[in-house]
Amino acid sequence: MKWDISRVNEWKSEEFPPGAVIPEGGNSHDYNVGGWRSERPVRDDKACTQCLLCWIFCPDTAVVLDGEKVVDFDLEHCKGCGICANECPTNPKFGRKAIEMIPEGCELPGVK
Amino acid sequence: MAEQTTVATTGNVLVAEAMRQCKPDVMAAYPITPQTTIVEEFAKFAANGKTHAEYVTVESEHSAMSACVGASAAGARVMTATCSQGLALMWEELYIASGLRLPIVMANANRALAAPINIHCDHSDAMGARDAGWVMLFAETAQEAYDNTIMSVRIAEHADVMLPVMTCLDGFITTHSIDRAEMLDDASVTEFVGEYTPRYALLDTDKPVSHGNFSGLGGAYFEFKKQQRTAMDAALSVVKSVGAEFSALAGRPFDVVEGWGMDDADVAIVVIGSTAGNARHVARDLRAKGVKAGVLKIRCFRPFPSAEIREALKGVKAVAVLDRSESFGAEGGPVFLEVKSALYDLDARVPLVNYIYGLGGADVRLELIESVYADLSDIVSGTAAPSAMQYLGTR
Ligand code: SF4
Ligand code: SF4
Repeated sequence: MKWDISRVNEWKSEEFPPGAVIPEGGNSHDYNVGGWRSERPVRDDKACTQCLLCWIFCPDTAVVLDGEKVVDFDLEHCKGCGICANECPTNPKFGRKAIEMIPEGCELPGVK
Repeated sequence: MAEQTTVATTGNVLVAEAMRQCKPDVMAAYPITPQTTIVEEFAKFAANGKTHAEYVTVESEHSAMSACVGASAAGARVMTATCSQGLALMWEELYIASGLRLPIVMANANRALAAPINIHCDHSDAMGARDAGWVMLFAETAQEAYDNTIMSVRIAEHADVMLPVMTCLDGFITTHSIDRAEMLDDASVTEFVGEYTPRYALLDTDKPVSHGNFSGLGGAYFEFKKQQRTAMDAALSVVKSVGAEFSALAGRPFDVVEGWGMDDADVAIVVIGSTAGNARHVARDLRAKGVKAGVLKIRCFRPFPSAEIREALKGVKAVAVLDRSESFGAEGGPVFLEVKSALYDLDARVPLVNYIYGLGGADVRLELIESVYADLSDIVSGTAAPSAMQYLGTR
């Protein structure tokens, strides 16, 4: 059964699990941390060789796969660390990486 | 009553034996005088297969308590021992252990804090940690150190408490002097403490949990502190009931405060630890001379047994509180401050004086205790007024 914390802001002291324990696993997924991000990864599908290095290195498992292909970033959990962009190899055909970090609030790569 | 063996040994050996009998899963400790022989003895048990405990050697007390916190969160029954600078180095983990509600049991061999460097007894180490959220028991004798250790396990792991327990014994005086004591047989202790069933264990992979969480920005930190307060308050009756059960098993009385001659005392000394013995010795002599002298020993300092102290001291004509630690800048030592506030609720004022004594192991000679009772008698007869805090036995 899922731990119901919908009323957590109203809980009295005795309603919390003692010692601030979280009595279930995997619930960090329920916590939207996308707001911490100041830069967002943007991937150019044409320049992407599907090497999956970004998926391997992402510390937040925020690189979304469909089967064995990168399809998206999970922007509710991506914290904008830029590790994926750093690890993404330069594609010789395009002379650039497939991932670029762009400041939040901008829609287009290259626009600061 | 259980089988018991009479032994002649030191407080530290008895604490180590009690720990072994309580079957901890993990012991993580760093040796420091005068606690060293506790961990030395326990290390021998581990090396000789006398305990199943994982004995973790660590590089400092900071690491010792960190290892204890981790092991306890994992679901193990955990013990350690320290004193003085070692306890001071554990500072942040003391609060983490209590905040995470981990029932760790720790022996503290009371020793002064530097500077100047001093390895002898006083209560500065433990008293400095009095607000860290640990239940705190104090022993007068090696026997009490043994008994307190066994009771601590039950108190710490009680569902209404779930707090770490510090069980204190006076450095060298109790830790190293050979004393007569009764030891319970292993089976009786094992049965008394029972199996530890943690509420939340990291190693229980069927019920995944996470410990050590952030309370959130503007989150529930305040609510968690209230939980700790509730648990600490509940600990008083748990200490009493576990004490009563232990008394029945071992045939030795236990109470959170223990009075001698308090029923009709005109003058009384309130004291913690080994000095209670000196005070009783003098009080007994005084009784023979017709002075109605009493001694009130505090055995459980956290939670503080205010009501019991109020009850014991009401009507006494003059009371001296002896403190073996300083609270620099305060009106008196920590025990005095707490006793004084406990007595505030009485309608009739009890004249109360405070003596700081025995810092850094300064000798507590019987003449010093006699002088305290003499001062109290002067207060009662009106030849002296209750004075401010005094140092007892300094040059
Ligand atoms: S920016 Fe960091 S968190 Fe976001 S997808 Fe890339 S590696 Fe993961
Ligand atoms: S690292 Fe770059 S090239 Fe490799 S899969 Fe990720 S986006 Fe594509």
